[in-house]
Amino acid sequence: MRDFTLFIPEYIAIAGAIAILATELIWPKIRKDYLAYATAAGALGWLVAAIPYIGDTAGDFEGVLLADDFTTYFRILAAGIVMAIALISAHYMRDRTSTAGEYYGLLLVAGTGMVLMAASRELLTAYISLELLSFSLYILVGYFKRDRLSNEASLKYILLGAFSSAMLLYGISLIYGVTGTTSYEGIAEALAAREGGTDAATVVGIMLIVAGVGFKVSAAPFHMWAPDAYQGAPLPITAFLSTASKAAGFALILRLFTGALVVDAVEWRAVIAALAAITMTAGNLLAIQQSNLKRLVAYSSIGQVGYMLVAIAAIGYGDAATAESASSALLLHIVGYTVSTLALFTALTAHYNRTGDDTIAGLRGLAETQPFLALVITASLFSFAGLPFFAGFATKLLLFQASTTDGLLWLVGLAAANSFVSLYYYLMVMRQMYLFDPPEGQTRFRPAPLLGALAGLLLLGVLFIGVYPQPAFEATDRAASALFEVSASGLLRLP
Amino acid sequence: MDTAQGYVLVTALALPLLAAGALLFVPGSQKMVARYFSAVIGAILLGLSVYVFLAYQAAGDVLQMQLRWAWIENVGFLGENGISLHLGVDGISALLTLLTGVVAFAGTLIAWKLEYRAKDFFILFWILIAGVYGTFFALDLFFFFFFYELAVVPLYMLIGIWGSTRKEYGAMKLTLMLVGGSVGIWIGIFAVVHEAGLGTFDLPTLWEAGQNGLISAETQKIIFPFFAVGCGVLAGLWPLHTWSPDGHMSAPTSVSMVHAGVLMKLGAFGIIRLGIQILPEGAEFWMPALLVLGTIGALYGAIAALTQRDFKLISGYSSVSHMGYVLIGLATLHEVGVSGAALQMFSHGVMTALVFLLIGALYDQAHTRDLSDFGGVAKVMPLWVIAYVMAGLANVGLPGLSGFTAEFHIFVGAFKTYPVFGGLAILAAAIAAAYMLRMFGVVFFGPLNPRWKDLKDLSPLETISAALLILSMLAMGLWWSPFTDRLANTVTSLPGVIS
Repeated sequence: MRDFTLFIPEYIAIAGAIAILATELIWPKIRKDYLAYATAAGALGWLVAAIPYIGDTAGDFEGVLLADDFTTYFRILAAGIVMAIALISAHYMRDRTSTAGEYYGLLLVAGTGMVLMAASRELLTAYISLELLSFSLYILVGYFKRDRLSNEASLKYILLGAFSSAMLLYGISLIYGVTGTTSYEGIAEALAAREGGTDAATVVGIMLIVAGVGFKVSAAPFHMWAPDAYQGAPLPITAFLSTASKAAGFALILRLFTGALVVDAVEWRAVIAALAAITMTAGNLLAIQQSNLKRLVAYSSIGQVGYMLVAIAAIGYGDAATAESASSALLLHIVGYTVSTLALFTALTAHYNRTGDDTIAGLRGLAETQPFLALVITASLFSFAGLPFFAGFATKLLLFQASTTDGLLWLVGLAAANSFVSLYYYLMVMRQMYLFDPPEGQTRFRPAPLLGALAGLLLLGVLFIGVYPQPAFEATDRAASALFEVSASGLLRLP
Repeated sequence: MDTAQGYVLVTALALPLLAAGALLFVPGSQKMVARYFSAVIGAILLGLSVYVFLAYQAAGDVLQMQLRWAWIENVGFLGENGISLHLGVDGISALLTLLTGVVAFAGTLIAWKLEYRAKDFFILFWILIAGVYGTFFALDLFFFFFFYELAVVPLYMLIGIWGSTRKEYGAMKLTLMLVGGSVGIWIGIFAVVHEAGLGTFDLPTLWEAGQNGLISAETQKIIFPFFAVGCGVLAGLWPLHTWSPDGHMSAPTSVSMVHAGVLMKLGAFGIIRLGIQILPEGAEFWMPALLVLGTIGALYGAIAALTQRDFKLISGYSSVSHMGYVLIGLATLHEVGVSGAALQMFSHGVMTALVFLLIGALYDQAHTRDLSDFGGVAKVMPLWVIAYVMAGLANVGLPGLSGFTAEFHIFVGAFKTYPVFGGLAILAAAIAAAYMLRMFGVVFFGPLNPRWKDLKDLSPLETISAALLILSMLAMGLWWSPFTDRLANTVTSLPGVIS
């Protein structure tokens, strides 16, 4: 059914994007931070428009898109992320560029791509949504066209991204060849109806799809682009890469793997488990050697992707109930991770706006010069490490616990050990802030009120999710059960 | 179940956290405000802790003052009472609560003379204390781990910022080793909750699951080492004790006091709460190994202390040795031995807090902790020497002081179950006498080194703290029935403990 009312919130986002692009065309001299506030207002409208959809009956659009609680969950997440990133960008972009319309417009477009990835229940639609997000990001990463690092980052990201898209497409075509359909339900039914076990084409197809989306979420060994892209990108875009782009990737993975491929779980679950193990270990070990903060965050976020993949592996290993609770815990972890990352980048941007230094050593003595920013950075890093009171403690514990199944205890143990490794490099950052005096000539400063307030708000979010996750957990639980309501294929699982 | 008393526990838990929160808003230059405020909080906590200990009915139920607030339930894999803020005390945790109150208050007074970023120090200090209370009170696995980690993490900054000798090294080593240990606990938690399959983190429910076979004996044997080693790191279990001497050497005085006095007990307490109570079959299987390690620790710590020249290293190794006794006591799984372990936790806690207090008082003036630099200190610091001798004699186990009560129980327990190890434990106590007497001889008596003729005796605040700690040692040494009575029911209720 063509029910055009299902995506009203996204119309708002796209209309906002066009309006912002037009505004700068008509009025090129507009102060660039006004564009940021307009974007934030548009994102707020988007978010508010999404609220009535919570708990609404799942609406199907021609069998290719689905607006259910799962989609709505990512809608709210995407709108929230875009709003935060726009506000983080306001001063940063004003000081560095003369045109920012495309930047803010593409931010909204990328957010829309993220929602569509969550809503897709058909391979080609999923692919197109993914490219909508990716192409926006290619431009955003290289937005500083006179900056060599930014150019390098963008080029690397485009080349490797195109390569991964090709693999994804090849995988899609193989699956289509085997099952004769691209709809998730159709694939699940066709896979279940096969006789005589799995053929090579299916396995190769699934592996190519895994590699393709693995690139997008920067799972090792497909993570090579991430550190360079993170380092070269404008700071707020680094935040966007490590939140929205990963969340969107997992939205797609969840929909696809629970809806279509769960039937063939035996074929891919070991690969996902291995991918999770490699990703978290590589991310955390490589993070130890970094001296640039953005690269450190890049590797640390690769580690986080490893933890998130544990839940996907659990969907393959566990029964239907485990799959659902692992999905719900994964969604919860994504929220906790997103809020912590945004808090971190708000504080880092406030620091960077003042010093222009993005090395770890540049944070030296921050506890003296700006104790509040130091506190926010510490809180978000501790949240990544999973220390109590911060979001990461509760969400990681629940994620790993929900993913514990008989075949996966080793992976959960490895994840716990990896959290321990990560604490080391987070402490190295903290050490700079708290154990050393600031360099000569650095005096106490106040962060811009906007960033200060945003950082405070996000810090409260980190604490709230860490101390009382019940409301967030209920929301993610609703989203996860929507996911499994649609895919009755949870019952179709082959022995 | 008396819910009203449960609110006392909530208060003792929330008060230090609120204090930390309130201190955030005190300007850093207002040191006196932070000090007086912390002293008041410390005094209230001491009062609450004494109340919890005295109000615990020796003849009543094992778990008292229970209070349960639903936290996260009926969502995801969690069922009814999935995660709840379930608080309560048994005899062992009531005793350790008292210990925490005494040591925390003494530590607050000692931190008074800290000048550098005093406010920040107290913020972290109170977070740590909240973690300690929380771990003792928690009857929910989620919150147990939550508070356990909360107690460990502030140490990095407390030692890294305010420490002395090689502070960054000591702080990093200690943090990594302790958090590394908690990875083991974490894995154990995943395994236990998954195996029980009840969708709850509630500890009494899990204890039941462990005892009625819901968690199979085979699984218990596999999981127990994760808990034992994970908690054992914090308890100074040999050979994972190496953070302890370095950490203590670097730590500032009041942190050493709280750390050796209370935090190391969290580890041993964890072995009881998680190991013995959830996994009785696993505990029975592995206890002989723990006994061997505990005995090695007791001997090794004592021998190492014999050769050290730094006051703090002597006390650090002595702590390893005494925590070895605690492990021996637990490993006997005998009523008397386990009671002895609990008594030893208290006894060693107050005794070692006193020792670190005194070392700090000396080091702040002398700026050296090398034994051979001193001599004849008794002539200039009589109060200091008296207090140190008291602590030393408690350490050695002189009758009339707490060490005797505790160690006597442990030795009796050990002789009833593993006589050989009982003998080795007594040997360790003899070595303890040797290193203590050696130190007394070198430092306190003999000719006064003229370099030290201007040393001042204990300040009034230090005297109050020391008196409080000595009083606690005397109380347990002279009239131990209030202590042993409160432990009796709890200890016999532990699964697998023979009487």
